[in-house]
Amino acid sequence: MKLGLAIRELHRAEKSMARDLRKTADRHAAEHEVHHVAQDLAGWSEEHVHELTRHGRNYGLHLDERVPGSGPLAPLRTTLAELSAGRPEPGLLLLADLRRLHRKAAGVSLDWELLAQGAQAAKDTELLELASRCHPQTLRQMKWTNAMLKSMSPQILTS
Amino acid sequence: MPQRDGITEPWGARRPYGPGEHWPTRVDSYLADGVTPESVQRWVRSAAVLHSNGDGLDIAVRDSRIVGVRGRSDDRVNRGRLDPKDLFGWQANSASDRLTTPLVRRHGELVEASWDEAMDHIVRRSRELLDEQGPGALGFYTSGQLFAEEYYALAAVARGGIGTNHLDGNTRLCTATAAAALKESFGCDGQPASYTDVDHADVIALFGHNVAETQAVLWSRILDRLAGPEPPALLCVDPREMPVAQAATLHLAPLPGSNVALMNGLLHEIIENGWVDRGYVERCTVGYDDLAATVADYPPERVAEICGLEPAQIREAGRLLGTAERLLCTVLQGFYQSHQAAAAAVQVNNLVLLRGMLGKPGAGVLQMNGQPTAENTRECGADGDLTGFRNWANDEHVAELAKLWNVDVSRIPHYGPPTHLMQMLRYAENGSLRFLWVSATNPAVSLPDLHRIRSILAQDRLFLVVQDAFRTETAELADVVLPAAMWGEKTGTFTNADRTVHLSEKAVEPPGQARADLDIFLDYARRMDLRDADGAPFPAWTDAELAFEAWKRASRGRPCDYSGLSYRKLREVSGIQWPCTEERPDGTERLYTDGKFFAAPDYCESYGRDLVTGAPTEPVEYQAMNPSGKAMLKAAGYLQPHERPDEAHPFLLINGRTIHHFHTRTKTGRAPQLDAAAPEVWLEVSEADAAAAGLSEGDLAEVSTPRGAVRAHVRLGGIREGVLFLPFHYSYWDVDHAASKDGDRAANELTFTDCDPVSKQPLFKVAAAALRKVGDEQPAPTIAPAHTTVHEELVTGATR
Ligand code: SF4
Repeated sequence: MKLGLAIRELHRAEKSMARDLRKTADRHAAEHEVHHVAQDLAGWSEEHVHELTRHGRNYGLHLDERVPGSGPLAPLRTTLAELSAGRPEPGLLLLADLRRLHRKAAGVSLDWELLAQGAQAAKDTELLELASRCHPQTLRQMKWTNAMLKSMSPQILTS
Repeated sequence: MPQRDGITEPWGARRPYGPGEHWPTRVDSYLADGVTPESVQRWVRSAAVLHSNGDGLDIAVRDSRIVGVRGRSDDRVNRGRLDPKDLFGWQANSASDRLTTPLVRRHGELVEASWDEAMDHIVRRSRELLDEQGPGALGFYTSGQLFAEEYYALAAVARGGIGTNHLDGNTRLCTATAAAALKESFGCDGQPASYTDVDHADVIALFGHNVAETQAVLWSRILDRLAGPEPPALLCVDPREMPVAQAATLHLAPLPGSNVALMNGLLHEIIENGWVDRGYVERCTVGYDDLAATVADYPPERVAEICGLEPAQIREAGRLLGTAERLLCTVLQGFYQSHQAAAAAVQVNNLVLLRGMLGKPGAGVLQMNGQPTAENTRECGADGDLTGFRNWANDEHVAELAKLWNVDVSRIPHYGPPTHLMQMLRYAENGSLRFLWVSATNPAVSLPDLHRIRSILAQDRLFLVVQDAFRTETAELADVVLPAAMWGEKTGTFTNADRTVHLSEKAVEPPGQARADLDIFLDYARRMDLRDADGAPFPAWTDAELAFEAWKRASRGRPCDYSGLSYRKLREVSGIQWPCTEERPDGTERLYTDGKFFAAPDYCESYGRDLVTGAPTEPVEYQAMNPSGKAMLKAAGYLQPHERPDEAHPFLLINGRTIHHFHTRTKTGRAPQLDAAAPEVWLEVSEADAAAAGLSEGDLAEVSTPRGAVRAHVRLGGIREGVLFLPFHYSYWDVDHAASKDGDRAANELTFTDCDPVSKQPLFKVAAAALRKVGDEQPAPTIAPAHTTVHEELVTGATR
C-alpha cells in the first residue's frame, strides 16, 4: 500500500510549510499583519505534522514530529527586517515570499486531497476524518496568502 | 434644587423603576461660577461629544460664550442626565491655548501663516505627489469626533475626488471591532438593539464593557433598574473589579487574551444544556453545525484552565445566560482591544442568535462604540467601508456610488479592502505613503508602540497635515497645522452607539481664524479643483445642511437610511434612531425584529472575513454559504496571544479609559474639574503582586515592556493577580507632574504593534510587562479641586 508514502510526503510538505511561514514572519517583522498571522498559521501546519506523525504509526512510519523553528538565523532576520523597515525594497521581497507560500499551500492542499482519496479507497475512516479536519485549514492558509497579495500589491507596485 | 458633587458622585441620585416602565427623568446641569439659569441668554441644542452614549443636552450661551450645559429632559437616550465629561468638558472650548491661526513649518519651526499660505502649501504638495506617484501616495486619517456631514465630505473628497484607497478614522482603534463583528454575523454594520432594552431585560451581560466609566449615563439607567422592583441579573466579564463588577450578580475575571476560549465555553454550555432556541436558529441562521462542532471542544474544565477561572463559574454563567428570558448583551474595549478581538465579539452575537434574543424588547446585542461619532465614520465611509454601508467587493455598489457622485467608476478605488490605519502607517514607514492628513485625532499618543509611531510621523519625507483645535503632540510633528472649530462652534449631526441621530448646533463663533472641519475639507476640494464627470465642482455642496441633504441621498435605500430626517425635524425631536424614512418617520428602535437581516448577497455591506486569517470571503463563497441572507453563526478556535509573560516580563499589562478622560485628554485635560480629578497616570496592582514587589499604595513604580517604560503611582485594587492596569492617554503636553518626563508617561509607550486580523483594530490589552519599585510614596499633587457642584432636577411624571 502506498498510503504510507503519501503520509510521509504530506508530513514533509507540512513541515516545510510551517518553516516557511515562520521564516516569512521573521523576514517581515515590520509588517505586523503578516508577522503575527503567519505565526498563527504556522501553528496549524505544526498541528498537522503532529497528527500525521501519530497516524503514520498505523502504517509503520516513524516520522519526526519536531518542527524545527525558523533556524539559528531567525533573530538576524528579524533584526534585518526591523532595520530595513523604512526602506521600500522589502515590499517586493514580501510579494515574492507570499507568492511562494501561496504555491506551497496549493501543493499541500493537493496532497491532502490525494490522501483523502486514498483513505476513502482504503476505508481508513480515521485518516479520512483527519484529512477533512486539516485540509480546510490549508485552504484558509492559501486564501490568506492570496488576500495579502491582492491587498498589498497595488501599493507596492505603484510606489 | 438638589445638588451633588459631579466628580465624586458621577451617576447621581437614583430614580428606581421596574421592568417595562419608563425610565424617569432627571435633569442635570452645570453652569459656570456666577451664572444662573435666568442669566443664560440662549440654550442651544446639542449632544455629548466626549463619549459614545449620545446624551442630548443644551449648551448655555451668555455674551457669546459657552457658560454651561443642561441635559435634555425629552431626549430618548439620557432623559436629562449628564455624565462628568458632559458636565465639565465644554470648558475646553475656551482654553487659552486654542489654535487660532494656521501654522506652517519653516526652517524646522512651526510659524504662523495665513490660510492661503497654508492651503497652497498643502495643495502644491498634493498635486506634486499625484503627478509623481498617483493617489496611493496620499492618505487621510480622521476622527471619531467630527460630524456626519464632515465625514461624508471627506469620504467624497478622498475616494471620489482624489481617488485614494487610504482613508480611515480613529474609530479603527476604538470600535472597528464592533463594526467587524456586526458585519460578520449580520452582513451589515448597525446596532441591532436599543438602549431602551435596559428597561426590559431580565439579564444584562457586559463583556469587557466598563459601562460605569465609558457610558456613565447608561450605567445610571442600569443602576435605576437595579434599585427598582424585579431588577435584572448582571453578568460582568472583566479582569478588574470596577463598579460594574461590584454591582454584578456574577463577575468573571478571565486572564487577558482568553476571551474566545471563555465565549466558546459559554456557548458550549448553552448547547450542551439544550438552551438553544431551535426554531429561531433554523429559521434565521446559517452555520450552526460548524459552531456546535467547534465549541464542543471547549468544556468548562478546559476553558477554566485557559482563562484562569473555576469550571463552576463558567457553568453558572452559562446557566444565567441560558435561562434568561430577555437577555441583553453588550460588548466594548475589553473584547475589542484584546487578542482575537473580532472572533470574541462575534461569539457574543452567536450567543444572542442561539438564544433567539433579537428584535424584541429587552433582548439583543449592543456592540458598543467608544467615541461619540464612531457610527458616522463607518456609515459615511470615512473608515474602511464605502459610503452608505456599501460593499467594496460588490461592483454594483461601487457603480451606484460612482453614479451618485457623478464620477467615473475607476476613480473610486476598490481593488481591495480600504486601507486601514496601521497599514497606512506601515506604508508611511516604508516611504510609499508620503502625505498624511490627520483631522481631530492624536496618533502620536493614541496608537500602540509610540516610539515607532513618532519616528514614522516625524520623517522628513512624510508631509504631515494636522487639523485640530489644539497643538497636540501630533501637531508638533506636522508640516502644516490647520486650526479647527470645535463642537459648539459649528453645526452638524451625529449618531451614537444605538443609532440615535442628534443635531448639534453652532452656539458660538470659533476663536481667531479657526474654521469648521467641513469648510476646511471643502476648501481643499475647491483649491484642488476637483470636478465630477460633467466638469462641475466636486463635491457640490457648500454648507452643513446641504451636506446633510446630500448624505441623505447617499444613504437612501441602504440600512442606515437617513432619508426621513431633516435639520427641521431634528430641531423638533431630541434624537431619532435610523433607519428613518418616509414609511418610518419616527425612526426604528430595533433592527431585525422579524428575523430578517441586511445580509442578502446583493445587499450586504460585506462578505465577511475568515475569523483567524482575516482573508476576505469571496463573493461566490458568500453566495454559496448564505444565499438567502440569514444571520451567520461563525466559529473560531482559541489561539494563544502573540505576546505572553515570561521570566523577564511576568505580568500581563492592560490599559484603558477611565471616567475622567477621553481620547488623549486633549479636551478633558483642559477642563479643570476633570483634570483635578485625575491629573496623573496611575498603575493598578493587586494586593498580592504589590506586596511581592514591595509596593504600597502611592509608591512610584516602573512598569516596563520590551518597548519602553512608564512611571506611575501605585493604586492597590481588585484587579486579578498577574495583571496590571494603566489608564491610557496620559501624555506630554502637561508634563510638569511629579511622575512624568518625556517618554515615560503614556501607556502606549508599552504596547506592541499587533492588530486583530479581521477588524484591523490595534490591540492594547495584551502585553507582557515587568514591575519594579522606583520611589516611596509621594505627596499627592497639590491641585485645588475646582468647583464641582452640579444641579439635579428630579422631574416627576415624566412622559416618553
Ligand atoms: S479613549 Fe480611545 S479607545 Fe476609548 S473611546 Fe476614546 S478613542 Fe476610543
